[in-house]
Amino acid sequence: MTDATLTHTPPADSLFRRNLRDFRRNRLAMASVIVMLIFVIMTVAAPLIAPHDPNQTDLFRRLQPPAWIDGGDWRFVLGCDGLGRDILSRIIYGARISIFIGVVVIVLATGVGILAGLAAGYFRGWVDVVIGRVVDILLGFPYLIFAIGLMAMMGPGLVNIVLALAYKEWVIPCRVVRGETLAVRELEYVEAARALGAGSGHIMWREILPNIMSPVIVVSTIRMANVIILEASLSFLGLGVQPPTASWGSMVSDGRAFILEAWWVSTFPGLAIVLLVLAINVASQGLRDAFDPRFSE
Amino acid sequence: MTVLLEVTNLRTEFSARAGLVRAVDGVSLQISRGECLGVVGESGSGKSVTFSSIMGLVRPPGRVTQGTIFFDGRDLRGMSPEEMRGVRGRDIAMTMQDALTALNPALTIGEQLAEVLVAHDETLPTGRAARRVAIKDRCVEMLGLVGIPSPDSRLRQYPHEFSGGMRQRIMIAIALACRPKLLIADEPTTALDVTIQAQVLELISDIRARMGMAVALITHDLGVVAEHCDRVMVMYAGQVVEEGPTEDVIGHPRHPYTRGLLASIPRPAMRGQPLTPIKGQVPNLMGLAPQCRFHSRCPLAEPSCLVEVPMLSAGPGRRARCLRLEETV
Repeated sequence: MTDATLTHTPPADSLFRRNLRDFRRNRLAMASVIVMLIFVIMTVAAPLIAPHDPNQTDLFRRLQPPAWIDGGDWRFVLGCDGLGRDILSRIIYGARISIFIGVVVIVLATGVGILAGLAAGYFRGWVDVVIGRVVDILLGFPYLIFAIGLMAMMGPGLVNIVLALAYKEWVIPCRVVRGETLAVRELEYVEAARALGAGSGHIMWREILPNIMSPVIVVSTIRMANVIILEASLSFLGLGVQPPTASWGSMVSDGRAFILEAWWVSTFPGLAIVLLVLAINVASQGLRDAFDPRFSE
Repeated sequence: MTVLLEVTNLRTEFSARAGLVRAVDGVSLQISRGECLGVVGESGSGKSVTFSSIMGLVRPPGRVTQGTIFFDGRDLRGMSPEEMRGVRGRDIAMTMQDALTALNPALTIGEQLAEVLVAHDETLPTGRAARRVAIKDRCVEMLGLVGIPSPDSRLRQYPHEFSGGMRQRIMIAIALACRPKLLIADEPTTALDVTIQAQVLELISDIRARMGMAVALITHDLGVVAEHCDRVMVMYAGQVVEEGPTEDVIGHPRHPYTRGLLASIPRPAMRGQPLTPIKGQVPNLMGLAPQCRFHSRCPLAEPSCLVEVPMLSAGPGRRARCLRLEETV
């Protein structure tokens, strides 16, 4: 070996970054990330992209079919709903609600779940018992029934949907974090940190948390798809965002009355839900494959 | 030499399902400033637990139930958890047995070094930029001290990018970052291969001489002790069985257990002859009767040994826990 090879140091490369590289190699997962990105762009740039005002009614265009069917009009590509509103524009604006709720609920739930899970797993004892009982109780309720009950109590509205979903959603990251914390707190480097005078806060935030983030990220993405479906379900039941604000769930519900004569009113928002949820699921499976050593070859 | 650490009659117990396990039973020890004490004994003899107890790191179901610990004139057992945190890392530092798992895999070496400094070093400048520069300088200095080439660029690397010997050195660098008065090196060489072992031990001895730091070297290797320690303490089944200056204890062991340990080490002079193992098993630490703990394996044992044995004087600066010392002169 020459001097040059001895002093050569590879570029800093954390486990996280290596995992990310694995993820980028997964083509299917990358494709679904692109689909997700398209939806995100739709949310951010809705006013620029949408061809029409999503709430502009026009009774002359009532139940106008998509452009490629007789009676269609290329200015209204996906047709119009029962009040003559442009379906494409409403889907673009509806993406805002779905993605906003998905992201906010997951961020909220993951934050709370990390705090509760770390506390339960690190302190054990009565903290663990109390948090564990709350988790068990919440898990005992069927999710949708729980959310419907809460919505009925709090009344509809954007903030209330977020709260109704987050109230239960935090349980999932909490259990993941607690389990991982239990394993990591016994490792030698945590003991080493204690031997160097580290306090509980430092050990939880700097020693344990960075080492358990991978499974938390994976679980949170998987759950985001679930939250989006739940939001659509609540909106479908009329407990979600109130009209005239466009939401995919309420659009499907609106089209239900005309499903035989005007299938497009329900079908296109339904397809949007399927596409987004599928993209998130595939992407999160790619994440799991890349980040979870049990799934990587 | 003034006494730095003085432990008297320390007892640490673990409550297991089957009963109380006394892992450390009446251990007394002293370490002077700048001294290196070797702590020898087989697995489960209570070496590591003794020092975990001193650092206040024993967690439930374990408990220190008895004894006094004075460090630098301060009573460690009487301290609040916060005060104790200030002592750990700054005054007493400890390196862990397994260097391969003792560094946090998610943080860079630089971050881990800096954290100890930030936690304990009050001499750092208060200005933000000056502070960052000072921390960086100290980190580079510490890595240089433990012999890591091009420390500047290596600060940004993660533990998995270093070899086992390097990681052991880094762990020592982290332990030494605040210039502790006492370093507890818990089997610093077990996870390393022989050539690296020698380097790491040499490094510890070297730094000890330069920084005037005391070292407690926990090991089960008497050869390591002979080479690096001023005094040695032999532990068996949770008790100290012999202590004294290294040369005297190794050259002329008085306790039958120490003799057995030394007889079981291969020597070039004894090539071709079988080794002499110590017969029998370490006793179960649960519910031990108050009697000599080595008697079931001892070649000198007699019925009169079945009583509680105190540490007896065995010459200048030496003590041993055996009633039949006159037979081992």
